[in-house]
Amino acid sequence: MSDIQTFIKNEVESNDVVLFLKGTPAFPQCGFSGQVVQILDFLGVDYKGVNVLADAEIRQGIKDFSNWPTIPQLYVKGEFVGGCDIVREMFQSNELQPFLVEKGIAVAQSA
Amino acid sequence: MAMDARDIEALIKEALPDATVTIRDLAGDGDHYAAEVVSESFRGKNRVQQHQMIYAALKGNMGGTLHALALQTSAPD
Repeated sequence: MSDIQTFIKNEVESNDVVLFLKGTPAFPQCGFSGQVVQILDFLGVDYKGVNVLADAEIRQGIKDFSNWPTIPQLYVKGEFVGGCDIVREMFQSNELQPFLVEKGIAVAQSA
Repeated sequence: MAMDARDIEALIKEALPDATVTIRDLAGDGDHYAAEVVSESFRGKNRVQQHQMIYAALKGNMGGTLHALALQTSAPD
Protein backbone atom coordinates (compact mmCIF):
# COMPACT_ATOMS: atom_id res chain seq x y z
CA MET A 1 0.00 0.00 0.00
CA SER A 2 1.39 3.43 -0.94
CA ASP A 3 2.13 6.05 1.67
CA ILE A 4 -0.86 8.12 0.66
CA GLN A 5 -3.25 5.16 0.97
CA THR A 6 -1.81 4.42 4.39
CA PHE A 7 -2.30 8.06 5.37
CA ILE A 8 -5.94 8.03 4.23
CA LYS A 9 -6.64 4.71 5.92
CA ASN A 10 -5.20 6.09 9.13
CA GLU A 11 -7.31 9.27 8.88
CA VAL A 12 -10.62 7.42 8.42
CA GLU A 13 -9.82 4.86 11.10
CA SER A 14 -8.54 7.23 13.77
CA ASN A 15 -11.33 9.82 13.43
CA ASP A 16 -14.99 8.94 13.95
CA VAL A 17 -16.24 11.29 11.24
CA VAL A 18 -14.02 12.49 8.40
CA LEU A 19 -15.01 14.64 5.46
CA PHE A 20 -12.68 14.90 2.48
CA LEU A 21 -13.65 18.13 0.79
CA LYS A 22 -12.53 20.93 -1.47
CA GLY A 23 -11.58 23.75 0.88
CA THR A 24 -12.07 23.68 4.63
CA PRO A 25 -15.20 23.27 6.78
CA ALA A 26 -14.97 27.00 7.52
CA PHE A 27 -14.46 27.90 3.89
CA PRO A 28 -15.59 25.24 1.41
CA GLN A 29 -14.49 25.99 -2.15
CA CYS A 30 -17.04 23.93 -4.03
CA GLY A 31 -20.83 23.91 -3.78
CA PHE A 32 -21.04 20.16 -3.27
CA SER A 33 -18.49 20.20 -0.45
CA GLY A 34 -20.36 23.18 1.02
CA GLN A 35 -23.64 21.28 1.11
CA VAL A 36 -22.19 18.43 3.16
CA VAL A 37 -20.52 20.90 5.53
CA GLN A 38 -23.88 22.63 6.05
CA ILE A 39 -25.63 19.33 6.79
CA LEU A 40 -22.97 18.19 9.28
CA ASP A 41 -22.96 21.61 10.94
CA PHE A 42 -26.75 21.63 11.12
CA LEU A 43 -26.70 18.27 12.87
CA GLY A 44 -23.98 19.51 15.17
CA VAL A 45 -21.64 16.66 14.30
CA ASP A 46 -18.01 16.94 15.32
CA TYR A 47 -15.86 15.95 12.35
CA LYS A 48 -12.46 16.29 10.82
CA GLY A 49 -12.17 18.03 7.46
CA VAL A 50 -9.38 17.11 5.05
CA ASN A 51 -8.82 19.66 2.30
CA VAL A 52 -7.98 17.75 -0.88
CA LEU A 53 -7.06 20.97 -2.68
CA ALA A 54 -4.06 21.27 -0.38
CA ASP A 55 -2.51 18.06 -1.70
CA ALA A 56 -2.85 16.61 -5.21
CA GLU A 57 -1.82 13.17 -3.94
CA ILE A 58 -4.65 13.08 -1.43
CA ARG A 59 -7.06 14.42 -4.05
CA GLN A 60 -6.31 11.47 -6.34
CA GLY A 61 -5.62 9.04 -3.50
CA ILE A 62 -9.05 9.40 -1.92
CA LYS A 63 -10.71 8.60 -5.25
CA ASP A 64 -8.67 5.41 -5.50
CA PHE A 65 -9.26 4.57 -1.84
CA SER A 66 -13.02 4.36 -2.18
CA ASN A 67 -13.34 3.70 -5.92
CA TRP A 68 -15.35 6.91 -6.02
CA PRO A 69 -14.56 9.58 -8.63
CA THR A 70 -15.82 12.69 -6.90
CA ILE A 71 -15.34 14.87 -3.84
CA PRO A 72 -16.70 15.41 -1.16
CA GLN A 73 -16.53 12.01 0.52
CA LEU A 74 -17.87 11.32 4.00
CA TYR A 75 -16.51 8.56 6.23
CA VAL A 76 -18.03 7.44 9.52
CA LYS A 77 -16.16 4.98 11.75
CA GLY A 78 -13.95 3.99 8.85
CA GLU A 79 -16.87 3.33 6.51
CA PHE A 80 -17.46 5.28 3.30
CA VAL A 81 -20.98 6.72 3.55
CA GLY A 82 -21.17 8.56 0.25
CA GLY A 83 -20.74 11.80 -1.62
CA CYS A 84 -22.89 14.89 -1.68
CA ASP A 85 -25.94 13.30 -3.33
CA ILE A 86 -26.10 10.39 -0.91
CA VAL A 87 -25.49 12.50 2.21
CA ARG A 88 -28.17 14.98 1.11
CA GLU A 89 -30.61 12.19 0.28
CA MET A 90 -30.02 10.54 3.67
CA PHE A 91 -30.44 13.90 5.42
CA GLN A 92 -33.64 14.79 3.59
CA SER A 93 -35.18 11.38 4.24
CA ASN A 94 -34.23 11.62 7.94
CA GLU A 95 -31.90 8.64 7.69
CA LEU A 96 -28.63 10.42 8.36
CA GLN A 97 -29.18 11.31 11.98
CA PRO A 98 -30.34 7.82 13.07
CA PHE A 99 -27.42 6.39 11.10
CA LEU A 100 -24.95 8.57 13.01
CA VAL A 101 -26.56 7.80 16.36
CA GLU A 102 -26.44 4.10 15.59
CA LYS A 103 -22.74 4.45 14.85
CA GLY A 104 -22.28 6.08 18.25
CA ILE A 105 -21.66 9.59 16.94
CA ALA A 106 -22.79 12.50 19.11
CA VAL A 107 -25.45 14.56 17.32
CA ALA A 108 -26.55 17.87 18.80
CA GLN A 109 -29.57 18.56 16.62
CA SER A 110 -32.69 16.46 17.05
CA ALA A 111 -34.36 16.78 13.67
CA MET B 1 -14.76 19.60 -20.75
CA ALA B 2 -18.38 18.86 -21.39
CA MET B 3 -20.59 15.97 -22.31
CA ASP B 4 -23.84 15.71 -24.18
CA ALA B 5 -26.82 14.46 -22.15
CA ARG B 6 -27.51 11.87 -24.86
CA ASP B 7 -23.99 10.48 -24.49
CA ILE B 8 -24.47 10.13 -20.74
CA GLU B 9 -27.77 8.34 -21.24
CA ALA B 10 -26.27 6.07 -23.90
CA LEU B 11 -23.39 5.02 -21.63
CA ILE B 12 -25.74 4.28 -18.73
CA LYS B 13 -28.09 2.27 -20.93
CA GLU B 14 -25.20 0.35 -22.42
CA ALA B 15 -24.28 -0.88 -18.94
CA LEU B 16 -27.83 -1.12 -17.57
CA PRO B 17 -30.10 -1.90 -20.54
CA ASP B 18 -33.30 -1.95 -18.47
CA ALA B 19 -32.66 1.47 -16.93
CA THR B 20 -35.04 4.37 -17.13
CA VAL B 21 -32.81 7.42 -17.36
CA THR B 22 -33.93 11.01 -16.88
CA ILE B 23 -31.29 13.67 -17.34
CA ARG B 24 -31.59 17.38 -16.66
CA ASP B 25 -29.01 19.93 -17.75
CA LEU B 26 -28.88 22.06 -14.62
CA ALA B 27 -26.90 25.03 -15.86
CA GLY B 28 -27.29 24.79 -19.62
CA ASP B 29 -23.52 24.50 -19.97
CA GLY B 30 -23.29 20.80 -20.79
CA ASP B 31 -21.27 20.27 -17.64
CA HIS B 32 -23.72 20.21 -14.74
CA TYR B 33 -26.34 17.49 -14.92
CA ALA B 34 -28.76 15.70 -12.68
CA ALA B 35 -29.65 12.13 -13.56
CA GLU B 36 -32.36 9.95 -12.15
CA VAL B 37 -31.80 6.29 -12.92
CA VAL B 38 -34.26 3.52 -12.15
CA SER B 39 -33.09 -0.03 -12.76
CA GLU B 40 -33.90 -3.48 -11.48
CA SER B 41 -30.17 -4.13 -11.14
CA PHE B 42 -30.04 -1.68 -8.20
CA ARG B 43 -32.29 -3.87 -6.07
CA GLY B 44 -30.60 -5.09 -2.91
CA LYS B 45 -27.65 -2.76 -3.36
CA ASN B 46 -26.89 0.21 -1.15
CA ARG B 47 -26.62 3.76 -2.48
CA VAL B 48 -22.84 3.72 -2.69
CA GLN B 49 -22.93 0.53 -4.76
CA GLN B 50 -25.70 1.93 -6.99
CA HIS B 51 -23.77 5.11 -7.69
CA GLN B 52 -20.59 3.14 -8.30
CA MET B 53 -22.44 1.17 -10.99
CA ILE B 54 -23.30 4.45 -12.73
CA TYR B 55 -19.75 5.74 -12.41
CA ALA B 56 -18.46 2.47 -13.88
CA ALA B 57 -20.94 2.86 -16.77
CA LEU B 58 -19.55 6.33 -17.44
CA LYS B 59 -16.12 4.77 -17.97
CA GLY B 60 -13.97 7.29 -16.19
CA ASN B 61 -15.72 10.37 -17.55
CA MET B 62 -17.07 11.21 -14.11
CA GLY B 63 -14.83 13.59 -12.24
CA GLY B 64 -12.96 14.32 -15.46
CA THR B 65 -14.90 15.25 -18.60
CA LEU B 66 -18.01 15.49 -16.52
CA HIS B 67 -17.67 17.78 -13.52
CA ALA B 68 -21.08 17.49 -11.97
CA LEU B 69 -23.65 14.77 -12.22
CA ALA B 70 -26.07 14.72 -9.33
CA LEU B 71 -27.33 11.16 -9.05
CA GLN B 72 -30.51 9.69 -7.76
CA THR B 73 -30.81 5.94 -8.13
CA SER B 74 -33.49 3.45 -7.23
CA ALA B 75 -35.01 0.11 -8.13
CA PRO B 76 -38.50 0.11 -9.67
CA ASP B 77 -41.41 0.03 -7.17
